[in-house]
Amino acid sequence: MGFGGSDEGYRRPSGRVTSSKIVIAGGFGVGKTTLVGSVSEITPLTTEAIMTSASASVDDLAGVPGKSTTTVAMDFGRITIDQDLILYLFGTPGQTRFWFMWDELVRGAIGAIVLVDTRRLADCFAAVDFFEHRGLPYLVAVNCFDGVQLHQLEDVREALAVGAQVPVIPCDARSRESTKQVLITLVEYVLKMRRGAVAPSR
Amino acid sequence: MNDPDEPSNALVRPYAVTRGRTRPRVEIAIEALVETTARGRDASVVGGREQQLIAGLCALRVQSLAEIAARMQMPLGVARVLVADMAADGLVAVYEPTAVGDDAVGTELLERVLSGLRRL
Repeated sequence: MGFGGSDEGYRRPSGRVTSSKIVIAGGFGVGKTTLVGSVSEITPLTTEAIMTSASASVDDLAGVPGKSTTTVAMDFGRITIDQDLILYLFGTPGQTRFWFMWDELVRGAIGAIVLVDTRRLADCFAAVDFFEHRGLPYLVAVNCFDGVQLHQLEDVREALAVGAQVPVIPCDARSRESTKQVLITLVEYVLKMRRGAVAPSR
Repeated sequence: MNDPDEPSNALVRPYAVTRGRTRPRVEIAIEALVETTARGRDASVVGGREQQLIAGLCALRVQSLAEIAARMQMPLGVARVLVADMAADGLVAVYEPTAVGDDAVGTELLERVLSGLRRL
């Protein structure tokens, strides 16, 4: 196997494979993992990060026995886009106090999907705030099991106070086809924004 | 931490396999891809049970750092230290993700992702 001249085995994106990611946010129990699982080629996996109750950095743990720790879990899935390009879908940790993990998740991401349950709209306020503050493109996907009316989508837009340019679309997180459409809508929106057809969301 | 039969020292145990080091030699993104090199496939040069398992895992197909942590059932930070060590020893290749910046690389990536999603 030819790995070229790098002594450390470290490759730049011009190498053989690369990856990208989309962030899935929303309140606890809204269906983030269901959405990821509906389109992922692997059963959603869970990865964990450790933090202390007092600090965002695990490095501060050294030699501090008894300090309480919290484990933050994230579910994620994988879609092979091409032989040399893999897309990951990361569900954000439900609790917004784990911002330190969100920072890493949004770095370099294509964009975000805010999954919304109309009965618990307030659960996603923090996520919308976060993405707007970061300038990360996002759309709002309203998870509905019994279909949704257009006026409900506009009610959600108004309640979240998101700009007219931000897509607010219905979805069924259980459906592969529906999730696929949500992802396509997000990437199309990001491309449009880059081409200047849509004003940034902030 | 959830299993009462497990030793409960959540601080020490995860980082025991890194001899307590919590900082990786190089930063590796959560979605960075890892592939075992020809050198890493030679079990005799891979020290440590965890590193051998990671080398085996990433010899079958490329895996992200997140997948390695999940499949090894170790915290992300621990997997990052181990993989950075392995990369420094030439046992694995780490492929950085393509960040979507304001450049042509980002646009090309988005177009590839879009057509890939449409093909699903």
